[in-house]
Amino acid sequence: MRPFSTATCDIENQQSAKSINLYSAINQALHIALETDPRTFVFGEDVSFGGVFRCTTGLADRFGKSRVFNTPLCEQGIVGFGIGLAAMGNRAIAEIQFADYIFPAFDQIVNEAAKFRYRSGNQFNCGGLTIRAPYGAVGHGGHYHSQSPEAFFCHVPGIKVVIPRSPQQAKGLLLSCIRDPNPVVFFEPKWLYRLAVEEVPEHDYMLPLSKAEVIREGSDITLVGWGAQLSIMEQACIDAEKDGISCELIDLKTLIPWDKETVEASVRKTGRLLVSHEAPVTGGFGAEISASIVERCFLRVSNFIYFVLLIEYYREPIQFFFIESQAFHCTNNLILAPIILNILASTLKTQKEENEKNKKVQTMLTCLCGDKRMHAAEWN
Amino acid sequence: MAIWWTRSSRTIANHIRKCMNKGFMGGAVVKQSSWSSTVQSCSLSSLSSHRLVPQNCSYLHSLPCNRATLFSLQRFKSTVAEGQLDSFFSSDSDDEQLNVLARQSLDFPGGKVTYTSEMNFISESSHKRIPCYRVLDDDGEIINMNSDLQQVSKEVAVKMYSDMVTLQIMDNIFYEAQRQGRISFYMTSAGEEAINIASAAALGEEDIILPQYREPGVLLWRGFTLQEFANQCFGNKADHGKGRQMPIHYGSKEHNFFTISSPIGTQLPQAAGIAYSLKMDNKKACAVSYIGDGGTSEGDFHAGLNFAAVMEAPVIFFCRNNGWAISTHVSEQFRSDGIVVKGQGYGIRSIRVDGNDALAVYSAVSAAREMAINEQRPILVEALTYRIGHHSTSDDSTKYRALDEIDYWKLARNPVNRFRCWVQSNGWWSEQQETELRKSIRKQLLQAIQVAEKTEKPPLTELFSDVYDHLPSNLQEQEKQLRETISRHPKDYPSDVSV
Repeated sequence: MRPFSTATCDIENQQSAKSINLYSAINQALHIALETDPRTFVFGEDVSFGGVFRCTTGLADRFGKSRVFNTPLCEQGIVGFGIGLAAMGNRAIAEIQFADYIFPAFDQIVNEAAKFRYRSGNQFNCGGLTIRAPYGAVGHGGHYHSQSPEAFFCHVPGIKVVIPRSPQQAKGLLLSCIRDPNPVVFFEPKWLYRLAVEEVPEHDYMLPLSKAEVIREGSDITLVGWGAQLSIMEQACIDAEKDGISCELIDLKTLIPWDKETVEASVRKTGRLLVSHEAPVTGGFGAEISASIVERCFLRVSNFIYFVLLIEYYREPIQFFFIESQAFHCTNNLILAPIILNILASTLKTQKEENEKNKKVQTMLTCLCGDKRMHAAEWN
Repeated sequence: MAIWWTRSSRTIANHIRKCMNKGFMGGAVVKQSSWSSTVQSCSLSSLSSHRLVPQNCSYLHSLPCNRATLFSLQRFKSTVAEGQLDSFFSSDSDDEQLNVLARQSLDFPGGKVTYTSEMNFISESSHKRIPCYRVLDDDGEIINMNSDLQQVSKEVAVKMYSDMVTLQIMDNIFYEAQRQGRISFYMTSAGEEAINIASAAALGEEDIILPQYREPGVLLWRGFTLQEFANQCFGNKADHGKGRQMPIHYGSKEHNFFTISSPIGTQLPQAAGIAYSLKMDNKKACAVSYIGDGGTSEGDFHAGLNFAAVMEAPVIFFCRNNGWAISTHVSEQFRSDGIVVKGQGYGIRSIRVDGNDALAVYSAVSAAREMAINEQRPILVEALTYRIGHHSTSDDSTKYRALDEIDYWKLARNPVNRFRCWVQSNGWWSEQQETELRKSIRKQLLQAIQVAEKTEKPPLTELFSDVYDHLPSNLQEQEKQLRETISRHPKDYPSDVSV
C-alpha cells in the first residue's frame, strides 16, 4: 500500500533546496504527506489554525477541515482516535502539543498502539500512526514545557522512537515515520524549531530509520547523542579539536530499534564512549547504550564514560552538577559544550596511564578466562 | 463539530465575523451561523444537533416569554432568514427589540445562553430514574404491540435463540475445562446472552466491532466457529492471535471484530477514529464499541464519547451495566443514574434498555444503528443486566455479593428463558428442537476442545514476529540468544513448543 521507510532518496542529488528552519521543514513534510496520500490525516490540539509552533500552518486551508482538524484537549483521546484511524488503513498523524503532556496517552501508546499488531497475530495493525511531539528545553519552559521523555517510550517494543537533529533530517525522517508500517513516536526538538536553519531539498525524500549517522569522524573518542543535543556536542567536538582531541560524533536518530552496529564500530575504533542526553540520568536511554556497548566490546573500551546530562530550566541562578539530582539548573544549553570539553580533556590527560592500566586488566582477564579464543578478536 | 452561533445584534454578529476571520473557533461555525433562535440556548441538549430546528414547540414554555424572543422565533425558522437579516436590522424598532433580547441573554461561544435572576443549581439527578425500555414482559410476552418494535423474522429469531443457547453451553464447557486445568483462564457471559446475541443480530456485518471482553456472542453470531473459540482458549498454533494472549481475547479480521485487549476502556476513543474513517469513506456502516459499567469510570470513556460527539462519528457505544465491576458495586462506581444520563453531558443521544430482553436490545440497537449511520452521530445505549457468573475463573463472587441476588437474576430474570418463551409462543421452537440443539452443541464443543488440545503450540519464532512488520536486529539477536540457550538446556523448555 505504501513504500517502506527503507526506500530512501539521495539528498545529494537534490533538484532544488531552500534555507528553512526546522518547523518549516516539518510543515513541508506534512504538506507532502497529505498531498501524496489522500488517506492521510493531521490532527491534535490547535492544529487547525497552524499549531502553537506553526508546524501545521496552511494545511487545513489546503487539504480541508476533514483531513486537518482540531481535537478536544485530551491526549488519550487523540492517540486512541489516531489508533482507530490508522487501524482502518489511514495514515494518522497525531500532534501532542508538548511531550510533557503525552503521559495521559501513555496507556494508548504502550498497551494499544505498540501491541496492536502482535496481540492480533498480525490480523490488525495501526502502523499508519505517527505521534509528533515537541520535546526538550528551550530556556524558559519550566517543568512542564522542557522535558525529554524519550526513555519511557524506548522501553516499549512495538513502537519506534525517532528524534531529528536538524531541518533536513526532520523532513526526511518525519516522512519515513509517516510512511513506516509501524507506530512511531516522533519527538521534535522545539529549541531548534526556529533556531536551526539549513538547506532543505524541496522534493519528497525519506531518510532511513534505525540507522545512525557518523556526522564527524574522529579517533580519540566516540560521542553519541540525538536531537537538540547534537548541536551542543558538535560545538564540543570543535572545541576539543583545538586541544588536539579528535572526536567521532554519532547522531542516533532512531532510539528504538537503534543502530548498535554503527556505535559499536565507532567505539571499537576509538575505545571511548560518551553519551549525552537532556533527560534524567537514572534509567535514561544513555544507560541502555552504555550497557549494550559494554556487553559488545568490553575489552576494547579503554575509557568508558557513561555520561548523561540533565537539564531542567526552571530557576536561576545557574548551577550544574554531573550527578543526578533534582536540583539541576541551567539557563543555556551551550553551557554544556565547555563541560563536555572539560570531561574530554581530563579524560585524555590520563590517557597514557589508563592505557597501561588497561593492558594490565586485559592480561589479567586473559589469565582468568580460560577461553582465549573468545577474546582474541577483541584485542586485535 | 456542531457549534451553534446565534446573533441578536449587528454588533455581536460583526464581532463574531471578525473573530472567525482570525480563525477563531473553526470554519464549521460559518456554515451554521445562519441559524438564529433563542431555542437552542434554552435547550442545552440541542447544542450538538444541527438538525434540530425550532419547530418543535414542546419546550417553548421554558423560554422567557416576551415579545422579543417570540418575534425572534417567528422570524428565524430557517436558513432563509439569513437573507432577510440585513433588512431586518435596518429597522430601528427591531434594533430595540433585539437589544432587549441581548440584555436577557449571553452570546457565548457555543451558543446563546439566557440570563436568569433566580439562583438555581441544577439538581444532581432527576426525581425519577430514567426508565428502561423493554418489549417483552417477564413471561416473554410482548407488552405493547404498537411499540417501536423492530420485526424479527422466524429465521433470525431461531438463530438468535440457538446462538444464545450455544453461548451458554460454550461457557459451561470452557469454564469446566478451566477448572480441570486444561485452559488457564476463562470468563463467562452468563446473564448477558441477550445483550451479546441481540445486539449483534441488529448490526450489519460491515459494522466494526470494538469489544471489551464479555461479548463473544457477537463473534458467534458472525460465524466464528466453536473450533476457533477453542483454538484461542488453548493458545494453539491455529489461534488467529498465535497463542499470545490469555484465553477469551478473541479477534477476527474476517468478522470485523478487533482483537480484544485487557484494558477495559481503551477501545472507546479508537472506535471514534474507526467511525471517522467510515464517515470519510461514506460507508453505510458504523463502529460499535462495548464497555462495562466499571469501564465508564476510565478516562477513555470520556475521551471516546467526547471525540465521537465532536467529530460527529457514527459509533454506537454499548454499555453493559451489569451491576458489578469484579467486586465493585455500581454505587461505588458512580453516583449518576447509571450510564444513560452521561450521554447528554457529551451531547449524545442515549437510551436505557432492558439488557435481559433480547427483543428490546434488538430494537434499540437497530434504531441506534440507523441514527448513527443516517445522521452521522454517536449513540449511547445502556443495557441493564446482571453478571450471573463470577468476574472470571480467578474470582469468587459469593465473597462480595448475596447468593439470592445471583439466583434472582439467574432464575427470575434469565434472558435466555424469556426469549425462548417468546420464540416458542410463536410456534417457532419445540422441546424436541431444544434437546437436539443442546446435544449437538455439546458434542461439537467437546470435539473442538479435543482438537484444540491436540494441536501444537505456535513455534518459538512467533514469540518475536509481529512486534514490528519486520524483525529488527535487536529482536533477531534476542531470538538467536534464546535458541542458543534452549539448545544448551533443552530439558528446561516445554517439549510441545517447536523451536
